[in-house]
Amino acid sequence: MAERLTGAAALIRALEHEQVELLFGYPGGCILPAYDPLMDSSIRHVLVRHEQGAGHMAEGYAHVSGKPGVAMVTSGPAATNLVTPLMDAYMDSVPMVAITGQVPTAAIGSDAFQECDTVGITRSCTKHNELVMTAQDIPMAIRQAFHIATTGRPGPTLVDLPKDVLQNEMEWYWPSDQEVLDSLPGYRPNVKGHPRMIKEAARMILAAERPVIYAGGGILKARAAEALRELAELVDSYVVTTLMARGAFPDDHPLCLGMPGMHGNATAVTSMQKADLLITLGARFDDRITGRVDAFAPVAKVIHVDIDPAEQGKVRRPDVPIVGDAKYVIEEIIAEIKALLAAGTVQADTSAWKSKVSGWREQFPMTYEQSEPGAALKPQYCIEELNRLASPHTIVASGVGQHQMYTSQFFEFNEPYTWVNSGGLGTMGFSIPAAIGAKAAKPDCDVWAVDGDGCFQMTAQELVTATVEGLPIKVALLNNSYLGMVRQWQEMFYDERYSEVFLNSTVPDFVKWAESMGCVGILVESPEEVGPAIEKANSITDRSVVIEFRTDASEKVFPMVPAGASNDDVILHPTQHDRAESLRS
Amino acid sequence: MTTINQYGGHTLNHHILSVLVQNRPGVLARVAGLFARRGYNIFSLAVAPAEDEGMSRITIVVDVESTPLEQITKQLFKLVDVVKISELDPRRSVERELLIATVKAPDEQRAKVVELVTIFEGKIIAVAEAVLTVSLEGHPDKLDDFEDLLDGYGIVELQRTGRVALPKLDRGARLRAVNKSLTSNTGKAG
Repeated sequence: MAERLTGAAALIRALEHEQVELLFGYPGGCILPAYDPLMDSSIRHVLVRHEQGAGHMAEGYAHVSGKPGVAMVTSGPAATNLVTPLMDAYMDSVPMVAITGQVPTAAIGSDAFQECDTVGITRSCTKHNELVMTAQDIPMAIRQAFHIATTGRPGPTLVDLPKDVLQNEMEWYWPSDQEVLDSLPGYRPNVKGHPRMIKEAARMILAAERPVIYAGGGILKARAAEALRELAELVDSYVVTTLMARGAFPDDHPLCLGMPGMHGNATAVTSMQKADLLITLGARFDDRITGRVDAFAPVAKVIHVDIDPAEQGKVRRPDVPIVGDAKYVIEEIIAEIKALLAAGTVQADTSAWKSKVSGWREQFPMTYEQSEPGAALKPQYCIEELNRLASPHTIVASGVGQHQMYTSQFFEFNEPYTWVNSGGLGTMGFSIPAAIGAKAAKPDCDVWAVDGDGCFQMTAQELVTATVEGLPIKVALLNNSYLGMVRQWQEMFYDERYSEVFLNSTVPDFVKWAESMGCVGILVESPEEVGPAIEKANSITDRSVVIEFRTDASEKVFPMVPAGASNDDVILHPTQHDRAESLRS
Repeated sequence: MTTINQYGGHTLNHHILSVLVQNRPGVLARVAGLFARRGYNIFSLAVAPAEDEGMSRITIVVDVESTPLEQITKQLFKLVDVVKISELDPRRSVERELLIATVKAPDEQRAKVVELVTIFEGKIIAVAEAVLTVSLEGHPDKLDDFEDLLDGYGIVELQRTGRVALPKLDRGARLRAVNKSLTSNTGKAG
C-alpha cells in the first residue's frame, strides 16, 4: 500500500526529489503547513527579509548554477511581492520555481484574509502557473513546474497551494518522465534545428566577408560557451556579447568586441551596422541592441538561432531561422562547416573586414577622464580597480542604471556565469539579493554586488539575511547622491532640468547602515583609497562588506545611442568626437 | 478594408484560428490574457469541449491589422495548455454561427417578418404581442444578410455566438468516409 503523507510532506519530498538544496523563503499563514516538514528535510532554507529578496536570490542562484532557483512564500501580499522577480526571471529566461501558499479551497473567491488571485496576477509573468486543488496532485504539479522551468526557453513557473491542500492526506507517488510528458501534450520544445537550415547557415558563414557573431544570453542558458568559442575560432569571426551574455565569450579573447547596444562600445555597435552577416545565437534583437529597428544592420543577412520559435521574425526577419538549442545547433553548424571545408569549399576573404574592425578598436577604446585632485571619484575608476584586484572566478552582480553600464563596460568578464544582472526588466534593487543567491550557489567564489545609491535603498535589508545566514557578499556602492541614469537623460534630453533625481548627499549614512546590518562599512572618497579598500574587502571572508564610493554625479555613460536613434548615430565619449567620421566609412 | 458591417465576415484582415487546448481551469483566461497583453485583437471567440476528453476547441477570429498572424500563433503556441493550432482558410473550411434576435413585429409588419424568417429558413422561437424572437443558424455571411434585413423592422435585442469552424473535408476524404461507412457494419443505426 502506498505511503500516506500530508500534502505539505509530499511537497517537501517532491522538492527533495527535484534535488533542491536551497529554498529562499518567508513563512506565513497559508504556507505554514509546508514549514513543518521542512524542519526535518535536507533542504536548507534561507530566511529572507522581504519576499522580493527571495525571488531575486532564487534568480541569482539560478544564474550562476544553472539549476532552478526556488522561492517559497505565503499567500496575498507575499505572492504579490514575488511579482517583480517573476517578471524579471521571465524577461531574462531564468529558470525559477515559486511556491506560494493560498487560502483554503473553500475560501477561494471570498476575499478571505491574505487572499489574492495569485495565478491570475502571475499569469503574464510566468512561463506557466498552476493552482493545485487536491493534495494528490502535488507531486505532478511540482514535476511539471520544474520540467517547464528548466527546458526549452527557461523561465519562471509558480505552484499555488491552498492551505487545506497542504494539510490533507494523499498517497505518495512520483511521476515518471513519461507521465510528465504525457500530462503536457502541448509542451514539446524543439531542441534540434532543421538540418537544411543548419547546412544553409554553414554555407552563409563561409561565404560572408564581414561576419559578426551576435551572442546573447541563450548561449549561457544552453551551456554553449565552449561551442561558441569553437565556432568563432573555426571561422575567425568577431563576437559581440550582449548585456545578458557578458562572459559567454571571454573579453580577453582577440575576437571579442565586447558589448553592443545603447551603451555598447563603438566598435561592437558599428561592426553590427556594417556586417554582411549577423550570426545570431540565443539573442532576441532587443530594442537596447538594435536602436531604431529599420536602421539596424541594414545590409546584413541574418542567421537566427533561438529555441523560442516566437523570437524568429518578432523584430527582425531572419534569412535563416533555426529553432533549437544553441549548443546543439552550434555544434551541428561547426560539423557542417568542417565538412564543407574538407570538401574543398574555401572561406571568403575576411581580411579587409578584420583590419577595418581592428582599426576601430584602436581608435575607440572605452575611455573616461580621471578625476581632478580633490574632486569626486570617477565611477569607472572604481570598477577598473575592482576588476584589477578581483580574485579568480569572482562573480559580479549589479543593479540597474549607470553603475550597471559602467560594470558591463569596464569589468573584464572572461568566464561564463560570472555576471548576474537584470537585463530585460531593468529591476532596480536586483543586485544585493541576487548576489546573495549567487553566493549561496558558489560559496567558494567572491561575490561583488555593484550597486547605486538608489538601488541600494530598495533592497539593502537583505544584507541582514546575508549576515544571519552566513552568506557574505561584498558591495561596491557607487554613491553619487542621484538617480544617475535618469539624471543623465535629463541633462542630455531635458535641458538639464533635474526633476526628482537628487536623493540626498547626507542621509542615509551608508557606513552606519551597513554596520547596523552586521557588515563592515568603508567610506572611500579619494582615488588613492580605492585600491586599498577593495583589497581590504577581498580579505574579509567572515562577513559582508559595503564600500561606499563617493562618485561624481556629473559623469555620464558613453558611448550612447539615444532611444529611438539609429545605431549609426552613436554619441561617443567627448574625447573621441573628433574621430567619429572614421566609423562611417 | 472591405468591412461590410460590424460583424463583417469579409474583412480582409480577419483570420480564423482553431485552437485545441487542454481543458483546464484558466485556459480561456490564458488565451484572452495573451491577446490583451500583446495587443492582438479578438474579433469573435467561441469555446466548447472538443471530441477528445479533456480537450476544448477555441475558435478565434483574429484581427491581424497590426500584428502578423505568424507572431500570434507562435505566441499562442507557447502557452503550455495549447496543444494544436490550425489556421482555417475560409475557402477551405466550413463555418457556422447562431443568431437569435428579438425584432419588432406589430400587426402591420408581422407577416413580413415571418416571411423573412421563412425565406432564410430560420425559426421563430418566441412570440409576444408586438415582438418576435427569431433564430437563424448558418454561415456567418448569411447571418450578416439576415441581420441587415431584420434591422429594417427594428431589432430590440440581438445575440450572435461567434463563429465555429472546421476544415472542409477534401473530396477524397469525403468519398473514403462514405465508402467506409458503406463497407463496415458497425451495428449502429444511421
